Amino acid sequence: MFQTIIDLWIKYDYVYINGLLGTLILAAITVLVATIIGTIVAIMKLSKIKILDWITSLYIGILRGTPILLQLYFFWLLLPKIVPFELSDTACIIIALIVNASSYVAEVIRAGIQAVDKGQTEAAKSLGLSNYNTMRKIILPQAIKNILPALGNEYISMVKQTSLASVFFVQELMTAYKTVQSATFLAIPSLIIVGAIYLVVTTVLTKALTMFERRLNVNE
Amino acid sequence: MSNKELIRVEDLCKSFGKLQVLKNITESIHEGEVVSIIGPSGSGKSTFLRCLNLLERPTGGKVFFEGVDLADKKINVDKHRQKIGMVFQLFNVFPHLTVIENITLAPILEKKIPQAEAEKQACELLDRVGLLDKKNEYPTKLSGGQKQRLAIVRALAMEPDVILFDEPTSALDPEMVKEVLDVIKDLAVSGMTIVIVTHEMAFAREVSDRVLFMADGIIQEQGTPDYIFDQAKNPRTIEFLSKVL
Repeated sequence: MFQTIIDLWIKYDYVYINGLLGTLILAAITVLVATIIGTIVAIMKLSKIKILDWITSLYIGILRGTPILLQLYFFWLLLPKIVPFELSDTACIIIALIVNASSYVAEVIRAGIQAVDKGQTEAAKSLGLSNYNTMRKIILPQAIKNILPALGNEYISMVKQTSLASVFFVQELMTAYKTVQSATFLAIPSLIIVGAIYLVVTTVLTKALTMFERRLNVNE
Repeated sequence: MSNKELIRVEDLCKSFGKLQVLKNITESIHEGEVVSIIGPSGSGKSTFLRCLNLLERPTGGKVFFEGVDLADKKINVDKHRQKIGMVFQLFNVFPHLTVIENITLAPILEKKIPQAEAEKQACELLDRVGLLDKKNEYPTKLSGGQKQRLAIVRALAMEPDVILFDEPTSALDPEMVKEVLDVIKDLAVSGMTIVIVTHEMAFAREVSDRVLFMADGIIQEQGTPDYIFDQAKNPRTIEFLSKVL
């Protein structure tokens, strides 16, 4: 078995490496854009305007209440029909991953902001700070400590969830597995190789996040 | 004490859902006055105080501060709050800022005071309450009494026209109550307008110009400290004082 894995890697290493690149690109785009959209959704949800709260609750509720695979199919089938330009499978899947991830990011950020003691807002308001300055100088700096660890976990699950893109043959690690498997009929060795690569990526990410959190706490 | 009216509430009502906490209160606070509010818990004392700077939005009536109706949606309430200091039961100091940053934040951000000047003023204030050596510490390193003194000078740094104290010593260990009361007493002597909700009866008697006794969402009785503590007529006042004195 061990020899088979080595042989497979030597022969198909470029497939796996391309797959890894695909995974990393999918994950990076998803994390980046989902964080931006998620932050906006969280702020909308926390606003005093009822209709915004209502819309964002619906958005978050649907996206977190249905399977991500269903959402991928939905966007993959629907988007090409409703946009007036050519949209690749990869683009549809990236959009679906972003939309799904943004709902989780939004909840993490909302919870982090709401976990800051209400007395902090009251103290800031009593000093005459504007809403904007209260958020920027008092609430967010404290919320970030609640948000980052949870957000890090979300990022790691996003990396793993990109594997679902293989259903649509978007270039990434699980698709690399399928490619090699169908060429060689060697399923388990190929799975082990892909699994090991995922494990390296998530371990490195976890370590990096832990270090980042520790540095953040030193500054207090 | 001048006779200039600083705060006037007219027909102030506040309900939380079906529970009416304040019932048509009309009252004035004059410049330079020290007013203590006493009464049983749940009587609406804190809610009344929090309506004065609109931390609670009244459900009825008006709150005038220096002639401006704070509940008017057209005014910028943040600007007016800069002149109404507030000190909270649980201190609410900013844990992510150093002691001096806690004080200079609002003056620099909202009054556009240059940082050097704000820091100089903050150091003078810290010196006044004996915390100058702590200026670069984070609040986690402070005791409860120190946190509350910090909260008081943080409010003072905005040079407010009045300071509202919401049970400022209720969350303190007994040995720290005096250091905070002493700071408040100094303020009172210096002529600051003060409204204080407190359970420290001896303190209220000593520093107040006027004592309001609240129960069931109204001001049941008020007068000079000597009147309230010795000659109160209202049975509610007499009953309350017999329990706490």
